[in-house]
Amino acid sequence: MLKKEKSQKETIQKVLHYIKKYAWYMVLSILLAVVTVALSLYVPILVGRAIDGIVYGAVAFDTIRNYIITIIIIVGITALAQWIMNTINNKVTYQVVRDIREEAFIKIEELPLSYMDAHSYGEIVSRVIADVDTFADGLLMGFTQLFTGIVTILGTLIFMFSMSGKITLVVVLVTPLSLFVAKFIAQRTYSMFKLQSETRAEQTGFIDEMIGNEKVVKAYGHEKEALQKFDEINERLQKCSLRAIFFSSITNPATRFVNNIVYALVALTGAFMAISGGMTVGLLSSFLSYANQYTKPFNEISGVITELQNALACAARIFELMETPSQIAESEDAIELQNVHGTIDCNDVSFSYVPEKELIKNFNLHVKQGQNVAIVGPTGCGKTTLINLLMRFYDVNSGSIQVDGNDLRQLTRKSLRTNYGMVLQETWLKNGTIRENILMGKPDATEEEMVAAAKAAHSHSFIRRLPNGYDTVIGEDGGMLSQGQKQLLCITRVMLCLPPMLILDEATSSIDTRTEIKIQSAFTKLMDGRTSFIVAHRLSTIQNADLILVMKDGSIIEQGTHEELLEKQGFYANLYQSQFAV
Amino acid sequence: MKRLLVYLNGYKKECVLAPLFKMLEASFELIVPLVIAAIIDTGIANGDKSYILKMCAVLVGLGAIGLTVSITAQFFSAKAAVGFATKLRHALFEHLLGLSFTEIDTLGTSTMITRMTSDVNQAQNGVNMFLRLFLRSPFVVFGAMIMAFTIDARSSLIFLVAIVLLSIVVFGIMALNIPMLKKVQQMLDKVLGKTRENLTGVRVIRAFGKEQTEIDQFMECNETLTSAQKKAGKISALLNPLTYVIINLAIVRLIWVGALQVDAGILTQGEVVALYSYMSQILVELIKLANMIVTINKTIACGNRISEVFDITSSMDFQASLPKKYVDPREDIVTFKNVSLTYKNAGDETLEDISFSVRRGQTIGIIGGTGSGKSSVVNLIPRFYDATKGEVLLHGVNVKDYPAEDLNRMVGIVMQKAVMFQGTVEENLRWGKQNATEEEMMDAIRTAQAEEVVAAKGGLSGEIAQAGKNLSGGQRQRMTIARALVKRPEILILDDSSSALDYATDAKLRSAIRSLDYHPTVFMVSQRASSIQYADKIIVMDDGKMVGVGTHDELLKSCEVYREIYDSQFKKEVAAHA
Repeated sequence: MLKKEKSQKETIQKVLHYIKKYAWYMVLSILLAVVTVALSLYVPILVGRAIDGIVYGAVAFDTIRNYIITIIIIVGITALAQWIMNTINNKVTYQVVRDIREEAFIKIEELPLSYMDAHSYGEIVSRVIADVDTFADGLLMGFTQLFTGIVTILGTLIFMFSMSGKITLVVVLVTPLSLFVAKFIAQRTYSMFKLQSETRAEQTGFIDEMIGNEKVVKAYGHEKEALQKFDEINERLQKCSLRAIFFSSITNPATRFVNNIVYALVALTGAFMAISGGMTVGLLSSFLSYANQYTKPFNEISGVITELQNALACAARIFELMETPSQIAESEDAIELQNVHGTIDCNDVSFSYVPEKELIKNFNLHVKQGQNVAIVGPTGCGKTTLINLLMRFYDVNSGSIQVDGNDLRQLTRKSLRTNYGMVLQETWLKNGTIRENILMGKPDATEEEMVAAAKAAHSHSFIRRLPNGYDTVIGEDGGMLSQGQKQLLCITRVMLCLPPMLILDEATSSIDTRTEIKIQSAFTKLMDGRTSFIVAHRLSTIQNADLILVMKDGSIIEQGTHEELLEKQGFYANLYQSQFAV
Repeated sequence: MKRLLVYLNGYKKECVLAPLFKMLEASFELIVPLVIAAIIDTGIANGDKSYILKMCAVLVGLGAIGLTVSITAQFFSAKAAVGFATKLRHALFEHLLGLSFTEIDTLGTSTMITRMTSDVNQAQNGVNMFLRLFLRSPFVVFGAMIMAFTIDARSSLIFLVAIVLLSIVVFGIMALNIPMLKKVQQMLDKVLGKTRENLTGVRVIRAFGKEQTEIDQFMECNETLTSAQKKAGKISALLNPLTYVIINLAIVRLIWVGALQVDAGILTQGEVVALYSYMSQILVELIKLANMIVTINKTIACGNRISEVFDITSSMDFQASLPKKYVDPREDIVTFKNVSLTYKNAGDETLEDISFSVRRGQTIGIIGGTGSGKSSVVNLIPRFYDATKGEVLLHGVNVKDYPAEDLNRMVGIVMQKAVMFQGTVEENLRWGKQNATEEEMMDAIRTAQAEEVVAAKGGLSGEIAQAGKNLSGGQRQRMTIARALVKRPEILILDDSSSALDYATDAKLRSAIRSLDYHPTVFMVSQRASSIQYADKIIVMDDGKMVGVGTHDELLKSCEVYREIYDSQFKKEVAAHA
């Protein structure tokens, strides 16, 4: 409990840090809140005095007129102040949220890949979107209702005290009762709400499974059974929702009842005082109006506090993301990699994703300019890890990797990576047109260059058949394109850039063998004179490599050309043979 | 939104009773100012303490009745709202399950889940709120006016004018705000999309050094979102100040008119206080209403999004039963007659003029390059899509004339993407046949070469995780094949469903299927020439066209595309091997 309070305090401090930028706005907002509340509390007093002027037979029209004019002016000012205050609160909230979201996004671009690989995307997205959104709602509510609520309570008390201490005492003594009632109910309904959210989660999981794989459901005519199961969960949800919602909804009537008692007591005390001449009728009417206004914020505040706690919990989750250490910053004097020849040296490289499990150990590799290196080996042998290290998605634990004699850590990441052309097995396309996707690496390419690249990658013919050709918008992650088509587009993207070094990780795994052979010729041309790394399952695609590395358990167990390795009759030869064992 | 209201139908009683009890509660509140007026005009004026005491007791009594009535109202409205949401979810789920493949292609799973969960919850809150407050507030407003009318007709005119002005303000702001909020939601979706994209594509983005470009694009999206939010906020921020001004002007006018009336002896001072409190009550209600308008606006936006889902209707109708005269079991079990297929929103035909026929019990291999239309051909057999030209016949009858259940029973298809569901192995297998015996299931498992998979999971009662995550790709493929075999279908379609199996297992699987005692007609789609080499008939697809049909030997001689495919997989490797 204590720890929770402490971390909550820390979160609040961090939130304040973001608001600091808008400190002047906040000061202004608080001032305006005080002005708004004070003036709107003053109005009932003026109305009361005006009413006191309305006595049969002796109506003081002049006095009343004066009061009326004052009221109009005050109301005008109040309304204006309120509007400005609301606008400021909106502005500050949305800008704070914008700042946080922006920072979170920049953070995403800087996070080490180890973080991304260890967290589900959905979780990170929900932090940046849903959590920030809930936080915004809470913050806005906090500004508008908590502020004015507290100021209203204080203001009313001051005004009431200045008019009559006795009645005020009555009000102050009874009100805690409404807070007590609200708390009592909230405690009782907590478990009902918990059950509700659990049942909801169960239902969401079921929907995800059935709608996500609807084609299978339909292929098996399983709709009826699915609906039955759904209804079963749905009915349970109905029952526990009803309980939770009904019992929590008693809060409002209950606290209102307490308010009514306060109101009756004020009327009673006030009327008795009026008889003894201690109070005018007008004053009593002001008091009654206060009694109404005074109790209202209590109801609101209890709601706002729950909302704020929720918002803080969300904020804490966002800060957790933002405080994850970024990838190691580039040194000031990092070199831009230019005019790359493509000699690559790995010297005594060791690496592991988790400290307990060493993956690559004392790895040495020397690739000469323009060599084509193929990497083969069973699943988990470290092929993908090697690529992660070459691209510096991960840093080596010890040893060094050098390009043209420069240690990777002394180069800017951007210059290193853009000198590589990379095609991965997992294709990724951005939401946008085909054109935007192809031009990603070279935004200023001409139409002719683009089409030439597409023809070389054999993607031109299918692109042409799309509804809007190169300007067809493809949805998130390629949308309607087939896996093979997506891979062709990724290849086109690299064909256009013509970078000095290449990494092809199962680049043609989803493409049929016939098309693959056609692309292969383009690849061969592309690889000519370029240092390249190829990972492939199909051994046929790597037979022509200058150097084949056979990896197992993180180290190279054999290397040489295809023929040399076959002669050795080792692991590679075995692997190659097994392809033909039908 | 309106069309969703039908789901309130079963709760008519609650929908009437909830607001009714709320109105009852409000009526008791409306009596309060009259009691106060009595205290002032009778109690205070005559110095009658016991009368005042009595009246205050009446106030507490009114509160107590109000409490009871209000709790009753809360119950009815909660019941109606929760019931509404339950029915709505059911209807949505049923509707989604009723869509055909054409619509499923365009549906996003994550959006559908949001609609079914958070949007429906918001709608539930909205209905609950609406039943409890939205009717109560106007009732108090008009009630206050009527009560004012009973006190003094002339003053009640002020109420009338004030209410008209207030309605214009409230509804005007609402009308302006709804489209703005919708825009905010759209922008938020965009920001979400951008974030997601940067996570899924992190390697590519970094490989191309595009971080800064992405940050710039995100900032632009984010800025648009913020300015849309601020714009919407500015409008809704007007609501409170405007209503405040209108009410207070009305109060001022009331005092002035009240003064004149008292002077003329028509009204008492206590009655002026009562009129004033009615006006204050209206203000209080309006503030509640204003706070609620945000909720209501959100609800309407959510309601519309739900309605949009209902607007997507299935493009396919199924016959209730097979017309008798059609039943004509003949040797040709599947016939394609000049079939063409164009997918919705696609530019070109995916299949062009395909014709072939298949005899009962034959094994058909379909081979071709990526995107050549292999899967499209087999998807037409169980009528996942309708041919845009020509016709697909089963037993000589157009597939469009079969009821969905008949097609389901006849055709077992194993799709490219191998999916299993949360539950036991047994439950998953029963998808194929509800009342399958253990023997039948074990047979299917054996044929699918999945015995070791099932054994590893602990037999038929073994648990399979959501989406079959606790199975490897190859294991999942074998399990999905077993699931299709439990059906004992007349037509079995394997759509590239052994791609993750090694050659030896693949071969065993094929021979087990060949020796099935019920001799199904088998369609085998594959990229591997070896998988289909021994089929009775091989169909070669290229670019949506059927470029060859025949046996392996015939095609090697006559079909260039087939030869190329075959050579690409065999010749070179064999040569290198030798």
